[in-house]
Amino acid sequence: MKLRSLLPGAVLVLLFFSSALISYIWTPFDVTLIDIKSRFLAPDATHWLGTDHFGRDMLSMLMVGARTSIAVAFVAVGIGMLFGVPLGLAAAAHRGKFLDEAIMRGNDLVFAFPALLIAIMITAVYGPGALNAIIAIGIFNIPVFARLSRGAALSLWKRDFILAARAAGKGITRISFEHILPNITNLLIVQGTIQFSLGILAEAGLSFVGLGAQPPIPSWGRMLADSQTLIYTEPQLALFPGLAILLTVLGLNLLGDGLRDWLDPRLRRER
Amino acid sequence: MKKIQLSRAIFLALFVAGSAQAAKTDVTIGMQLEPPNLDPTGGAAAAIDEVVYANVYEGLTRFGPDGSVRPALAKTWEISADGMTYTFSLQEGVAFHNGSSFDADDVKFSIDRAMAEDSTNAQKQLFANIESVENVDGDVVIKLKAADGNLLFNLAWGDAVIVAPEAVENLATAPVGTGPFQFKNWVQGDQVVLEKNPDYWGEPVKLDMATFKFISEPTAAFAAMMAGDLDAFPNYPAPENLAQLEADPRFSVVLGSTEGETILSTNNKQAPLDNVLVRQAIAHAIDRTAIIDGAMYGYGTPIGTHFAPHNPAYVDLTANSNYDPEKSKALLKAAGLPDGFTTTLKLPPPAYARRGGEIIASQLRAVGINVEVSNLEWAQWIEQVFKGKDFGLTIVSHTEPMDIGIYAKPDYYFQYDNAALQAMMKSFNEETDTDKRTGILQEAQQIISADYVNGYLFQLAKTGVASSKLKGLWQNSPTQANDLTGVYWED
Amino acid sequence: MLHYLIKRTLILLATLIVASLVVFITIEVVPGDPASYMLGLNAQEDTVAALRAELGLDKSRVARYFSWVGGLVTGDFGTSYTYRTPVADMIRDRMWISLPLAVFALLLSTLIAFPAGVFAASRRGGITDTTVMGLTQLGVAIPNFWFAMLLVLLFAIKLTWFSAGGFAGWDAGFFAAMKSLTLPAIALALPQASILTRVMRSSLLDVMNEDFMRTARAKGLSRRQALWKHALRNAMVPVLTIIGLQFSFLLAGAIIIENVFFLPGLGRLIFQSIASRDLIVVESVVMLLVLAVVLVTFAVDLAYAWVDPRLRSSR
Repeated sequence: MKLRSLLPGAVLVLLFFSSALISYIWTPFDVTLIDIKSRFLAPDATHWLGTDHFGRDMLSMLMVGARTSIAVAFVAVGIGMLFGVPLGLAAAAHRGKFLDEAIMRGNDLVFAFPALLIAIMITAVYGPGALNAIIAIGIFNIPVFARLSRGAALSLWKRDFILAARAAGKGITRISFEHILPNITNLLIVQGTIQFSLGILAEAGLSFVGLGAQPPIPSWGRMLADSQTLIYTEPQLALFPGLAILLTVLGLNLLGDGLRDWLDPRLRRER
Repeated sequence: MKKIQLSRAIFLALFVAGSAQAAKTDVTIGMQLEPPNLDPTGGAAAAIDEVVYANVYEGLTRFGPDGSVRPALAKTWEISADGMTYTFSLQEGVAFHNGSSFDADDVKFSIDRAMAEDSTNAQKQLFANIESVENVDGDVVIKLKAADGNLLFNLAWGDAVIVAPEAVENLATAPVGTGPFQFKNWVQGDQVVLEKNPDYWGEPVKLDMATFKFISEPTAAFAAMMAGDLDAFPNYPAPENLAQLEADPRFSVVLGSTEGETILSTNNKQAPLDNVLVRQAIAHAIDRTAIIDGAMYGYGTPIGTHFAPHNPAYVDLTANSNYDPEKSKALLKAAGLPDGFTTTLKLPPPAYARRGGEIIASQLRAVGINVEVSNLEWAQWIEQVFKGKDFGLTIVSHTEPMDIGIYAKPDYYFQYDNAALQAMMKSFNEETDTDKRTGILQEAQQIISADYVNGYLFQLAKTGVASSKLKGLWQNSPTQANDLTGVYWED
Repeated sequence: MLHYLIKRTLILLATLIVASLVVFITIEVVPGDPASYMLGLNAQEDTVAALRAELGLDKSRVARYFSWVGGLVTGDFGTSYTYRTPVADMIRDRMWISLPLAVFALLLSTLIAFPAGVFAASRRGGITDTTVMGLTQLGVAIPNFWFAMLLVLLFAIKLTWFSAGGFAGWDAGFFAAMKSLTLPAIALALPQASILTRVMRSSLLDVMNEDFMRTARAKGLSRRQALWKHALRNAMVPVLTIIGLQFSFLLAGAIIIENVFFLPGLGRLIFQSIASRDLIVVESVVMLLVLAVVLVTFAVDLAYAWVDPRLRSSR
């Protein structure tokens, strides 16, 4: 059961991660080079996926685009964990007290803003760009991780080994980091994978409406946006970037499911 | 047998009568931008004029399809010998759409309102030279502060139309003018509907109804044309689809000229762009053909200076800035920048800027100039670039007619400060002799071209698409308008 | 319960007040002046100042905040800077597209997810289950705006069954209007349906493992009979929660889809208003969407507390 989603997931993720990495040292063509004369070329032996409206090689664009998507989503999830997990742990440690209440209400507040709205508002203030997309997606990830780690930590606080640690005189901050955090790592990795895939979707959406990475940096969402007016004449331009997003997200989701089953046998109930 | 013949006759009669009546009397026009309001005297948006100019509102004078100034609400005028006083005699029997009659007091009211201290007129400078407006026995007498050959031209702008004094409160949403069409309704985010003014003073229009539909996305514009939802799209926004529309017998594609000089505006006060050698290097690094092909799919005329090629006074100076990357590199070396430099390129929303910007960035990179591209909304562009002058390069189309005068304003956003040119434009404004005026304009074109003030790219083309049976739309865009007064359906 | 209700209501109000502050402060620092945007390039400084005064932009920020919030409470959302019409009217017009679209999408999503989820659960492990689960994996992973483009490509361009975008308007009749909402609703519904199917299936399977289900089966009901008779009703709580959350998501999340199909809904209103610096419209629409999310969450919380009294003390 576990291999069924772990393996294809891992393969897909590996494919896109490695092409993103390779793009740093090599791409079939230079993506900053615009050559109007060779635009809209059909896929052939030279340009495996054809060329876009500026005569750029689609395969190279997709490879560099992968690194934009992955970088934005990765950092955004990192921000979410970096802030969310300590907040969640603190809330759990101070369960029912003011701090807990304040953190959870803050969470609700962020949740009350639809994610896309946060992104639009941030980019409206600071202008569009990859960095602001990261911040926008990152902010939305904070309450996700805060809630998750609070919930998981709460049940741990009742366990015997924590009570033992308390009896031994350890402070709550120390317990949180020494005993609770290691025990929720698996959960965080699984959720992280899922948030990663959501981050890739969000980055694509933001770039699609022009709020993500700016030209000349290629991004999948903007490639799709550029292809929108050409969909009547050059539909293939809309096909490849969409497939790239779909397969990456699919890979990450499968990987997440697989990891959950693999890392946490208790969850390996037949679902 | 007789019965059958009779019914056939009836059928034929019906059919023939039916086809005779089938000529449409309504039209649906596509526009890319929705006007924010419908008051041409209270906003700058071109979309306002594109709905109401010549249709709903009229001024004393107006622009014709060729850009010439023609009489409108003023039947005739006389100019005093010193050129300081203009006396306009007005059309008779003119009424506003709300029924109130039009007279010289309304003209005085409208112009005074536009000139007033608290006026929100976007082109207030058009009236800056007016000393006073008076009603003298039913004629309008305008006294000037100084002789000015531009008054009749200025009064033809949409910002100078005559409004009904009692309706000014609600002009933004319920326009009241004297034109051949009157306002019917406005579905915000979708359409404005105008209907025929039955009491129009001049020649009645052939259409009964005109709908302006707002479709901002190029893809949607194409879809709407193909679906037959639109009869015309006079400023069709997606040049990439024009070939396909042209191949369709239902449509005709009309190419015309606009007053839009599309330029790579350069901050003449920012180092190293303040060095003419650097600006010249940029000019030679740019391949206009690639930009016109890549950004506009071939629609556009290369320009070498800030002047419309269809104007008789135009001088072709494109050779000053021919595409020559090697020369560009040499010039950068001569300017002391052998390794190039880094600057900003801030782009407003239109496709010519966004797509053109990406191409220019790539071309400049090829000679070693690294540009940081950022895409701005118009409001940000006005704040940062136009008012804040915080930019290195930008791309924008200057769509006002005959606007070479902006080069004589040292604090204009590209900050070109040349005393000789300023003196020249001053003498131009005072000059009334046509040949001499042309001479000055041509010399000015040479100066700004030789100084490489800005990168001169191309004259924006007017790419209109219309049903092949719809006649009478303007081919060119001497001013931003969709004048429907001469539009009709061919049988 | 009453105590809990009062507490939750107070929290709700506090959230809204903080949210309104956040929205106002964020939007107020947005660079770009609506007055100079409206007047364009040739405007003189005094003209811009006159328009700022006319729009009330020359008043202090604090005064503007209170007049805005005061207006929101009484239903007066102010006057749009650019359109010069009441914001409330504009929002109402746009609502008539966004709301039906959200409802339509939710309906589609539920209509797909219920049978699919039940079907998969009742044939757990079989080919049907595997296929349905595989499809939901695809549905969750597909970017909805790309799916929208594919729908346009197939149904609008190749088959010409639907138009590629735009809204026919309710004046054109119910069916014409619904027709122009169909492709957008499908594009929105697919990912939601996939999520809902998965929730439906897993919550059914959870219930099937409960003791009372074992009892039911022991009484001789077949697996399928037990599922239909007992499990379905008990599995509804998590499913309804998700539906509630999806509704508020759809209302706000349609922004990109509205862009693909050029629907003049709330999402496009936000985009346009940000572009033209029509701040008062942006503020009001964002606040409205926040209100919708908060109210739905509130209702879901109350429903939970009602079902499960233990939750009242834990939160």
